[in-house]
Amino acid sequence: MIHLENINKTYFGAQPLHVLKGINLDIEAGEFVSIMGASGSGKSTLLNILGILDNYDSGIYELAGTRIWNLSERKAAEYRNHMIGFIFQSFNLINFKTAVENVELPLFYQGVSRKKRHQLALEYLEKLGLLDWAEHYPNELSGGQKQRVAIARALITNPKIILADEPTGALDSKTSVEVMELLKNLNKEEHITQVIVTHDPGVAQQTNRIIRIKDGVIE
Amino acid sequence: MRIDLDNYREILDTLTRNKSRSLLTGFGIFWGVFMLVSLIGGGQGLKELLNSNFEGFATNSALVWAQPTSKAYKGFRKGRYWNMEYRDTERLRQRVPELDVISPILYGNGGSAYYADRKTSIDVNGVLPEYQFFNSPKMFYGRFLNDMDIAQKRKVCVIGKKIYKELFPGGGNPCGKFIRVDSIYYQVIGVDYNTSGGMTGSDGSKLLLPITQMQQVYNRGNTVDMIAVTGRPGVVMTSIIPRIREALGRAHTIDANDEQAIMVFNTEVLFQMLDSLFRGVNFLIWLVGLGTLLAGAIGVSNIMLVTVRERTIEIGIRRAIGATPRMILSQIVAESIVLTLVAGMSGILFAVFILQMLEMGNTEDGIVSAHFQVDFWTAIMAALAIAMMGVLAGIAPAARAMSIKPVDAMRDE
Repeated sequence: MIHLENINKTYFGAQPLHVLKGINLDIEAGEFVSIMGASGSGKSTLLNILGILDNYDSGIYELAGTRIWNLSERKAAEYRNHMIGFIFQSFNLINFKTAVENVELPLFYQGVSRKKRHQLALEYLEKLGLLDWAEHYPNELSGGQKQRVAIARALITNPKIILADEPTGALDSKTSVEVMELLKNLNKEEHITQVIVTHDPGVAQQTNRIIRIKDGVIE
Repeated sequence: MRIDLDNYREILDTLTRNKSRSLLTGFGIFWGVFMLVSLIGGGQGLKELLNSNFEGFATNSALVWAQPTSKAYKGFRKGRYWNMEYRDTERLRQRVPELDVISPILYGNGGSAYYADRKTSIDVNGVLPEYQFFNSPKMFYGRFLNDMDIAQKRKVCVIGKKIYKELFPGGGNPCGKFIRVDSIYYQVIGVDYNTSGGMTGSDGSKLLLPITQMQQVYNRGNTVDMIAVTGRPGVVMTSIIPRIREALGRAHTIDANDEQAIMVFNTEVLFQMLDSLFRGVNFLIWLVGLGTLLAGAIGVSNIMLVTVRERTIEIGIRRAIGATPRMILSQIVAESIVLTLVAGMSGILFAVFILQMLEMGNTEDGIVSAHFQVDFWTAIMAALAIAMMGVLAGIAPAARAMSIKPVDAMRDE
């Protein structure tokens, strides 16, 4: 599913910073992987590259057989929309939209008709047990509920891969467990490939494979 | 771009999220448009009002009248009183062929006109039929004076609007009725609704008599108080004024250079002044109006910039889940257009409303004395200009929004 070969990334600032120093990584379809590392280790940069949010300087990145290199903004947006579902630490829901509208948004950008995407969004919310909260705004939801809305939003485009950046970072331990259970079940029952970036060993333990990254290389 | 109800909901959502800010920003545009449209309409109405004072008045014309001499000439001392005479009309026609209409005027001493138990104060003028080419009448009833009236010295009169209204309050055609002025009865042959007065000043209380009749009745002998002349087409009045003086001076033994004795008032100069006045006023109107509108547009642009900065995370999220830069661009520009258009349209509406009130206030007997209202196409043009402004105002904020990378959504503080 994911094939990384000798990925290098340098941030050119006042002091050039070589963040990723030749990353080689393969993730198969249906895998449930976590990436661990201290802050500054380059794990966020790696996630950004995986999510086509950032460019890399050299190497090869193939996502589901598609070479990701030198994409135009439009193409990148299209790939993100169709192939990747994002889950963020701070949920990143749009505050002035209801839960169901938030879930609809990726389909809106795909050009799916209003009726159809609304129905689909309700389906996904039901799947995540949030049907009663569909018309609520994010600030009327608890942290766990917000993250479940975000997961529904990530799932609705039927992506090839889910990228989660500290999905439990802003949650208390009880809801953290719930969210992790949810992600685990998604992997087990629907075979959705997931990559979770975290520095919480407890979270990493629940995944099937742990990739440790240190100083820009995989250990 | 595809049509989707949610596009408009998105725009509406973001604009209504901060109502007071949208309202205040829109007010800048609203006021700019209101100022521009109402100034254009108001300026045009004012111009019409002023012009109506000179309505029917020949533009290429001059008024000639006699004053005491200011220069000694051929043994006469200065300060001598003199009068023009009826024959001067003929002299001018011969000596100054560039003149078109030469219309002598005799002024009465005012007084009153009576009909049945009604009475009104009047200005009596004795004129020739040619007078109508100098200050064209708007005949509401009957006809103007003609050559037969002059030749036969008929006791007939053309009355002004105000005289008609006061003497014949019941309305109807007064032609054939007799009204009394200074114990002489005149038959009414026409009603003139031109109340512009022009240079000779009148508010519809003018009573026109055949000049020959008036000379006889008022014992004026052969004198004439004023001669109104118009130039032939293409003749510049200023260039023939010395010749007018010369013709009159020779007949009355007056120095042809005595500008005070033979007073010539050139209306061309007056109309030029009016013209340049209105050009100046128009320039000011556009300067102020467009300036205000521009300030409003800059305000919109500014606020949108702030809004975009506030929405960095939101736009980042949208980009991360698949919005192309183009979608973001069109949304920001659309927001700007909607804001300016809604505010601008209400500005036009309000201005049109105010102008309509002005116009109604200037309407008398169902006759509009001046059109304050802007015409339809001016309004359409204004609306288009506002839409353009909306696009322009949206460009800078949209460019900033487009430069937001999806990664920016991740690092939220």
